[in-house]
Amino acid sequence: MKPAAIEERRRQAQAKWDAIRESPVPYIYIGAGSCGLAAGAADTQQAVEEYLSRHQFEARIVPVGCIGPCYLEPLMDVQMPGRPRISYSNIAAKDVEPVLQGFFEKGEIPKYHLAGHFGESEFDGVPRFFDLPMLKPQVRIVLRNCGIIDPDDLDQYLARDGYRGFEKCLTMSWQEVVDTVKRSGLRGRGGAGFPTWRKWATCREQQSDERYLICNADEGDPGAFMNRSLIEGDPHAVLEGMLIAGYAIGATHGYIYIRAEYPLAIKRLKKAMAQMREVGLLGEKILGSDFSFDIKIKEGAGAFVCGEETALIASIEGKRGMPRTRPPFPAVAGLRGKPTIINNTETLGTLPNIIRNGAEWYAGYGTETSKGTKTFSLVGKVRRTGLIEVPLGMTLRQVIYDIGGGTQKPFKAVQSGGPSGGCLSEEFLDLPIDYEHLAEAGAIMGSGGLIVVDAGTCIVDMAKYFMTFTQRESCGKCVPCRVGTRHMVEILERVCDGKADFSDLDKLEKLGRTVKNGSLCALGSSAPNPALTTLKYFRPEFIAHVKDHRCPAVTCKNLVVYRVIPSKCTGCQRCVKACPTGAISGPRSEPHNLDPTKCIKCRSCYEVCRFDAIAGDAIVIES
Amino acid sequence: MISRDDISAIRHEFRGEREDLIPVLQRLQEQDGYLRPDAIRSISRWLKISENEIFGVATFYAQFRFHPPGEHHIKICLGTACHVRGGQEILAMTQARLNVKPGETTADGKYDLERVACLGCCALAPVVAFDDKFHSQMSVLKVQRLLEEGRSDQATDSR
Repeated sequence: MKPAAIEERRRQAQAKWDAIRESPVPYIYIGAGSCGLAAGAADTQQAVEEYLSRHQFEARIVPVGCIGPCYLEPLMDVQMPGRPRISYSNIAAKDVEPVLQGFFEKGEIPKYHLAGHFGESEFDGVPRFFDLPMLKPQVRIVLRNCGIIDPDDLDQYLARDGYRGFEKCLTMSWQEVVDTVKRSGLRGRGGAGFPTWRKWATCREQQSDERYLICNADEGDPGAFMNRSLIEGDPHAVLEGMLIAGYAIGATHGYIYIRAEYPLAIKRLKKAMAQMREVGLLGEKILGSDFSFDIKIKEGAGAFVCGEETALIASIEGKRGMPRTRPPFPAVAGLRGKPTIINNTETLGTLPNIIRNGAEWYAGYGTETSKGTKTFSLVGKVRRTGLIEVPLGMTLRQVIYDIGGGTQKPFKAVQSGGPSGGCLSEEFLDLPIDYEHLAEAGAIMGSGGLIVVDAGTCIVDMAKYFMTFTQRESCGKCVPCRVGTRHMVEILERVCDGKADFSDLDKLEKLGRTVKNGSLCALGSSAPNPALTTLKYFRPEFIAHVKDHRCPAVTCKNLVVYRVIPSKCTGCQRCVKACPTGAISGPRSEPHNLDPTKCIKCRSCYEVCRFDAIAGDAIVIES
Repeated sequence: MISRDDISAIRHEFRGEREDLIPVLQRLQEQDGYLRPDAIRSISRWLKISENEIFGVATFYAQFRFHPPGEHHIKICLGTACHVRGGQEILAMTQARLNVKPGETTADGKYDLERVACLGCCALAPVVAFDDKFHSQMSVLKVQRLLEEGRSDQATDSR
């Protein structure tokens, strides 16, 4: 397809998109990203289908990606002829009928589970969806299409200016593209924040017959899902970004290295790539230009360290994913020894917007050194969880309280940057989120995981969790990382078991510094961060474990006991049934006995006793 | 009967280069449910990579299994969000109920139990996957119910 032909297709796509609002056939959108499906979106969709066929109503059902506020899932939007799209939240299968009944049978806008509408202005007393407290402070650039368009429909992407950025690139020289990205201030969104343009320029300047571009979608950071959501909700944005980056660095081949744990995202990518091929956006002489580029998907096989550039390359080459020394940097000698650029999925997804709207527009967001917006997965003990996108420089307080709605129990800490990041305490809440400030505080921006914890989470247990993770994922190449992380885990286990002494805390700090300094790659050199920051900012909690043998958050298994309060126990035997180890016994209607030697502290009895009305809330967990 | 080391179906899909090793192993596991030692032998001859090296690569990655899988697959997510929202307790309870450790299969061959690092549904933690279906916002009690339902499904099946 030539540029004129794609413009014509875009014009038609635009008309089709605009016609949806006036369409005589209603549209029903279901948030069917992995998160939506986990919340039951498939059942919701089935209930919609059943309702429509039972009443013989006609409507188009469109599964879309995740729009961000996962805590509202499953989400269902209804678009009636001539009306804006209206979103309903937490729609389980049973809630479908009351909503659709209102629209289809009563001709009204049901208030049941109403979230908001997608129009520009006030509509019939319905609030705007994007005015919801979680969404209002956000600036959606990368996520602009997620949850809104049908990710399986190229036309909907085209209708929203899709591939315009890439087309603009074709009229520019590679230097101009690099320069635009330079002026935009875009830095790598994978975590380290290296200026994207500089990496590109280095790669382009190498003499080589082949150069490669790799999209790093090996999102191994536990607690983060930005890349998954972006690919599931708007695969073409990432693919367009790959075309732009490929053009800038002069690549002939691109790879998407994506976790095998993301089957839906892989499916979406494959479909989107087939659509690109059909219209000539992939392959030889793209859109009639001299630029030829093809993309292959490589599924990761489950190794966190493969997010590291050189390990990722080793993995694509069919080897164990072990990092090597740099230099040479991959931009000079990477995959098969050729110059290779590895960009994070979000970095790539941002590019079309920068090229389309201009560097200055993008640089208008953010701070002096950290320009633009960044997506975060806001999760943990925060009230409103989900995927967000905010301008850099926003404070942690704004993100956690204004967007996330705060925590139920008192706020304790926020963990940024996953296993490589740090745990920040309340005193950092007014810290602006940018690369420099987070690094200064001992955390990192990372790929965008923000895990909020409250008074109910033990900070030592959290440090142990991250150390256990990195210890397992250490590739084993560097001794300080392989052995050091293991010893750090052992010390943290001793602390959690109440068996550590004060010298252990000093050892932990010293060992942490050794691991940091003695490891080759970012996994090892950042692995001690969670332990070191928690030790620094939450020392009293460590001391409670060491000195008082007590876990203030009542979390650490070996420091808590489960007990039945005889005066409260109604003897209902619910807990006897719930206990998987037979630790609770006692005849009906008499206070039960809990045998601590059999108890594995799994909370089953505690929960059943608390939530079942006839039980007496008679089980306590104490430290 | 097809010989058990038959990898001919897979051979056609690849060029037979070193870089194909991991995708080949992934296809093999998709086909058989795990990496059969005899299939690895065939792959070794085909790709001209020693069996030792293939095992070296395969054991490096968490995805590969070396034992036949159980009938159903239970994955308990222990990503950070799942961890702080009670994933540990769910794992402890499930281990006790099924009498297996992560990575093992129940004695009756019905269930595999696996702890996974992150399934990417962190906003709806804790998450548990039964076969390919993800269940979100789980609790020990909800998982107990799922396990019971699984048992009763089997009871219906066998009737």
